[in-house]
Amino acid sequence: MANQTRNAQSHTISVLVRNRPGVLARVAGLFSRRSFNIDSLAVSTTQSPDVSRMTIVVQGDERVLDQICKQLRKLIDVLKVQDHRGEELVDRELALIKVATSAQSRGEIMQIVDIFRAQIVDLAANSVVVQVTGDSHKIDALIELLRPFGVKEMMRTGKIVLSRGDGRTVV
Amino acid sequence: MKVSGAKAVVESLKHLGVEVLFGIPGGALLYVYDALYDAQDDIRQVLCRHEQGAAHAADGYARVSGKVGVCVATSGPGATNLVTGIANAHMDSVPIVAITGQVPRPSIGRDSFQEADVTGITMPIVKHSYLVKEPQDIPAVFAEAFYLAATGRPGPVLVDLPKDVTASEFEFHFPEKVTVAGYRPAASGHRRMIKQAADLIAKSQRPIIYIGGGVITSGAHQELKELAEKTGIFVVNTLMGKGGFPESHPQALGMIGMHGAAYGNYALNGSDLIIALGARFDDRVTGRLDKFAPDAKVIHVDIDPAEIGKSRAADVPIVGDLKPVLKELNRLVQRCDLEPWRKQIVEWRERFPLRYAQSDERIKPQFLVQEVHRLTKGEAICVTDVGQHQMWAAQYYLCDRPRQFVTSGGLGTMGFGLPAAMGAQFARPDDLVVGFHGDGSIQMTIQEIATAVEHRLPLKIIIVENRSLGMVRQWQELFHGRRYSGTLFQMVPDFDKIAEAYGCKGETIERPEEIEPAFKRALTVSDTPYILTARVEQEENVMPMVPAGSALDEMLID
Repeated sequence: MANQTRNAQSHTISVLVRNRPGVLARVAGLFSRRSFNIDSLAVSTTQSPDVSRMTIVVQGDERVLDQICKQLRKLIDVLKVQDHRGEELVDRELALIKVATSAQSRGEIMQIVDIFRAQIVDLAANSVVVQVTGDSHKIDALIELLRPFGVKEMMRTGKIVLSRGDGRTVV
Repeated sequence: MKVSGAKAVVESLKHLGVEVLFGIPGGALLYVYDALYDAQDDIRQVLCRHEQGAAHAADGYARVSGKVGVCVATSGPGATNLVTGIANAHMDSVPIVAITGQVPRPSIGRDSFQEADVTGITMPIVKHSYLVKEPQDIPAVFAEAFYLAATGRPGPVLVDLPKDVTASEFEFHFPEKVTVAGYRPAASGHRRMIKQAADLIAKSQRPIIYIGGGVITSGAHQELKELAEKTGIFVVNTLMGKGGFPESHPQALGMIGMHGAAYGNYALNGSDLIIALGARFDDRVTGRLDKFAPDAKVIHVDIDPAEIGKSRAADVPIVGDLKPVLKELNRLVQRCDLEPWRKQIVEWRERFPLRYAQSDERIKPQFLVQEVHRLTKGEAICVTDVGQHQMWAAQYYLCDRPRQFVTSGGLGTMGFGLPAAMGAQFARPDDLVVGFHGDGSIQMTIQEIATAVEHRLPLKIIIVENRSLGMVRQWQELFHGRRYSGTLFQMVPDFDKIAEAYGCKGETIERPEEIEPAFKRALTVSDTPYILTARVEQEENVMPMVPAGSALDEMLID
C-alpha cells in the first residue's frame, strides 16, 4: 500500500459505471496502476439496469483524492464520479462476525448484541455468528467489544452510501 | 445488405476513411484478411515484418497526418507484440486503433491455441478497448473506437475480434452519429479563468510560455504564435512540443528539460509565471519537482483535467482545447513590458549556447545533424529512434512546423524510429523523411527495412554508429565511474551489407567532409531506402545534462 501520506484520510466516493464486462477490472486496475489505496469497494446494480454503482472508500490527502476522481472520470465506462466530502450521507455496512463462545460468555455476548441491535444468525456449540448493520464506526465498536471473546472469522461488505434528502447521483 | 462480420469490419473502415493499415495476418484474422483482399483499391495493406513495427508505423502515420492510424495483428503472440506500440501511443497521446484477432467465442478462456487476453493485458495502456461479442455490434464499435481515439486527449483504442464473430452474417448499418454517454471531449475553457490568466500575464515580470505536444494535437500553432508575438513572451518547448512554435523564431528558446539548452532551462526555472500549454510537467522537463521554478505562478491549459495539478499545482487551471482557449486569451492580452527579463534571457542565450567541440578528423554527431538540417533546409520530416542520437536530433534539427518532428517521448521506445518513419512516409508520400537512429535502436526493428523496400519508400535512414547503447553508457560514465556494464557492443553488423541484403543502398562514412556528398547521394535515390551509417566517437556525450534528481538549473554544461 504505497502513497500513504501524512495527511491521508478516508474519503467516500460514488462511481456510476456502464454495466459492461470488464468495468470492475478497469476501475480496480486504475487504483493499482496509480498506487491509490482502496479501503473498501462495494458494487451493485442500480434502479437502471444499464448502470452499476460503486461505493469506494479511499485513503489519501486532498491532492490524491482529486487525482483519483479525475483519473476515474477519464475511463470511458465511468459515467459519473461523486466525491461526498461535505455532504449529508446515509452510510451503511453489514458485517458477519463469528465469535467463540462458552457457557459462561454466551449471555454476555447476547447482551452486547442486543445493545447494538445486532442479531445472532447462527448458534453452534462453541460459536455464534453475529450479523450487524450500521455505519462503520458502530461496526468497529462492536468488533472491539467482541474481540476479547475470540473473533474466529469475520466478513464486512464494505461501505455503501446514498445522499440524504432529495439529492440524487444521476447520470 | 447482409454481410459477414469481416466484411463489416472492412466496410466500417471504409466509412471511417481509412486509407492504409499496417499489420500481419494470422489464423484468427483469416476472414478479415479475406475481406481486405477485395478492398485493396480503397485500403492499402502494408504487411509489416513484426507487429511492433505495425503499431509504430500506425503511430508515425497518425502523428504526421493527424488522422487515426490503424494496425492489425492476430490473436495471441500477434496481439502481445503490439503491446509496446500501444503503450508508446498511449504515453504520447497518439490516436491509433489496434485491431486484434481473438479465438472464437466458445474457445475464450480455455487456454486455446494462440489465445491471449489482450483486452486485459492492454487495459492500463489504452484509452478504451472492446471485446466484440456480437457481430452486429461491429459497425458501432468501430465508429466509437475511431471517435474516442481521435477526440479529447487522443490515444490508442483496441478492438478485439473473435474469429467466429468475423464469420457470422448480419444486416449492416453504419451509425450516422456517435455519442458516448458521459464522454465530453471538447471544452473551450472557462471564460472567467481565461480572464484571470490574462490578468496574471499583465502583472508578471518574468513570464515564459511552456508548450507541449498538446499545441500540435490541437492545431493551435497559429494561435500560439499570435500569443507570443502579441505579448513578446519567450517560448520554450518540450520534446513533444517541437515544431509547435517555430524554433527559428527570435522568441524561441527551444527544448527544455534534461537535455535542453541551458538558457531555456534557466528561463523556465527563473520565471515568475509559467504559461503551460498542452504540457504535463514531465519529470524529464522539471528535474527535481520541489525545486522546479520556485518563484513561478502557473497558468495551466490542458484538455485533460487530470493533468492539471497532477505534478505542479496550477494557480489558474483552464480545462479546454488550446485552440479556442488561445483565441479567447489573445483577445485579452497586450504587449508585456519585459525589458529586464528579455535582456537576462538574451544574455543567458549568448553565454550558454548549445555547443560541442568540433573535430576535423571524426564525425561529431551534433555536426552530422546540423549538416543534414542544412542540406534539407530544415524542411524534412525528422523521425528519431531513442537514445543519444534522439537528443542530438532534438537539439540540432530545428523544426518550424508542427507534425515535422516524430519521436517517442513518454515511453522512450528504442525501435520506434524505422517503422514510424515508414508510417510518416505513407502519410506524406511526397515529403522527404529523414530518420536518425542509433546502432542499438535500429537493430530492435531492423526487419522493417523489408517492408520499406517492398513499398519503395525513399527513407533516408541515418545510423549514428557508436557501437554501444550510448545513453546508458553516458550515465554509466558520469554516475557509475565508467563501469560500462552491458552497454558496449562487441559486434556491430555491417549496415552496408544489410542494405544490400535487403535490396537497397547504403554506405558508411567516418570523416566530417564525407557527410555532404554522402547525404546528397542519398537524396538522389527515390525508390528505395538509403542507409547512411556515420561512425562516431563512442564516448561522445549529450550536453547539457540535468542529472536525475537535480534541480533544472543544476545542469552539467559540457
